[in-house]
Amino acid sequence: MHELECPRCGRRPLDEFVFGGERRTASSGIADPDARDFDEVWIFDNPDGPTTERWFHAAGCRRWLTVRRDTSTDTVLGIA
Amino acid sequence: MSSQVETLQPIVWHEPRSSYDVVIIGGGGHGLATAYYLATRHGITNVAVLEADYIASGNTGRNTTIIRANYAIPEAIRFYRRSQVLYEGLEAETGAEIHYRKKGHVWIAHSEMGMRTERGRVLMNQALGVETELLTPEDVKRLVPQIDLTGGGRYPVFGASHHVPAATARHDRVAWAFASGATSRGVHVVQHRAVTGLLRDGERVVGVETGAGLIRAGVVLSAVGGWVSQVAGMAGVRLPVRTHPLHAFVTNDFEQGLEKIVASTELACYVSQTERGQMLIGAEFDSQPSFTRISSFDALRSYAYKITSLLPFLRNMRILRTWAGLCDISADFSPIMGDTGVDGFLITTGWGTWGFKAIPAGGEALAKRIATGRVPELIASFGLDRFRQDLAMADQASAGTR
Repeated sequence: MHELECPRCGRRPLDEFVFGGERRTASSGIADPDARDFDEVWIFDNPDGPTTERWFHAAGCRRWLTVRRDTSTDTVLGIA
Repeated sequence: MSSQVETLQPIVWHEPRSSYDVVIIGGGGHGLATAYYLATRHGITNVAVLEADYIASGNTGRNTTIIRANYAIPEAIRFYRRSQVLYEGLEAETGAEIHYRKKGHVWIAHSEMGMRTERGRVLMNQALGVETELLTPEDVKRLVPQIDLTGGGRYPVFGASHHVPAATARHDRVAWAFASGATSRGVHVVQHRAVTGLLRDGERVVGVETGAGLIRAGVVLSAVGGWVSQVAGMAGVRLPVRTHPLHAFVTNDFEQGLEKIVASTELACYVSQTERGQMLIGAEFDSQPSFTRISSFDALRSYAYKITSLLPFLRNMRILRTWAGLCDISADFSPIMGDTGVDGFLITTGWGTWGFKAIPAGGEALAKRIATGRVPELIASFGLDRFRQDLAMADQASAGTR
């Protein structure tokens, strides 16, 4: 992955963006509040496949993007 | 026949049995070293190492082979120093030539903040009996004559720390030495046998599923690199780990002359010269997690730019070969070794960019844990439960981290 298509700025080099972490799905299913807090702070789903994550366009519009990305190939599936 | 071939004992290959005392998932350095120390230190040889591909095909054969102990926290310095000592004696112990070469590691600072870090490192290392000294820019020039002290005008050299016992070794030969030593004592190493699931008896893990059948085990150790979250997930264990690729490359052969391992935190890259004369260059891992091992042009361009600012002679060289490995980066940049909270299932992971240097000490400690049932003092603070106890071990001296 070398570039991201920012909805506001267009195709820009990846260097302009900061990875902001993935949307974790598993921790929301944990019933015990302490266990859920622990999971949200420390644990990563670390999926080998499609995932949804946030990227910050630090050297551009300085807005947050939501990116669908396949981690097994490091390719973008969609950006909102 | 060259001496290299003669000094390596052959690896004995076996067909797996249906049951073992210990099954180790992952035939990289850590898995093979654990098997070797189980056999040599504890007489436990009813052990299988299952490797999905061929041995050392993962990160063990993809790193930049640096062995150093100049970390920033006492627990890490003690652990990596132990590993260095084991490495120093490995050729004598196994009879296998691993091309262990003591070179010294010059860690350059480009700002007053960077110098503060290096001063702290020197003091902490010396307090623990590890030979690391502070260098002035003139000292750096003396040890690394090729350096541009102005850093291309942008990264001036303010000074450095010099970790004297730092070394390099041939990485695949390290794996073969441990595999040879283990299999000659009866350990089974099985290649091309991927683990597809874990056998459970209630909560307890009692074996593994493979494409070619079930294998029961008294203890299962995951020594997997790259896909550790997936393997741990089979036991219901969730890890504070994300997997990021790290790229490296070698240049064409060059007259021997770069004697030191040269690294820079602010530039986040490092270089050493191999036995063949190639310049071996690595840097920090990709910011986004992924499981692809395809080298990226952007990474190579960025590393080349950084390293030539410091060592201008590299501008005239060609990149000959590139590759990438998958770094399991833990939330505190320290390894995770020992119990997982699931009976019968142990783990060694979080080896990020610092796994190769840790192979002997990690293997020795895990073997001791398996043989005695107790976690050795040396790795007690590296347990998975440290995160739950709020005792994370943030180490800012791991390569490729800032």
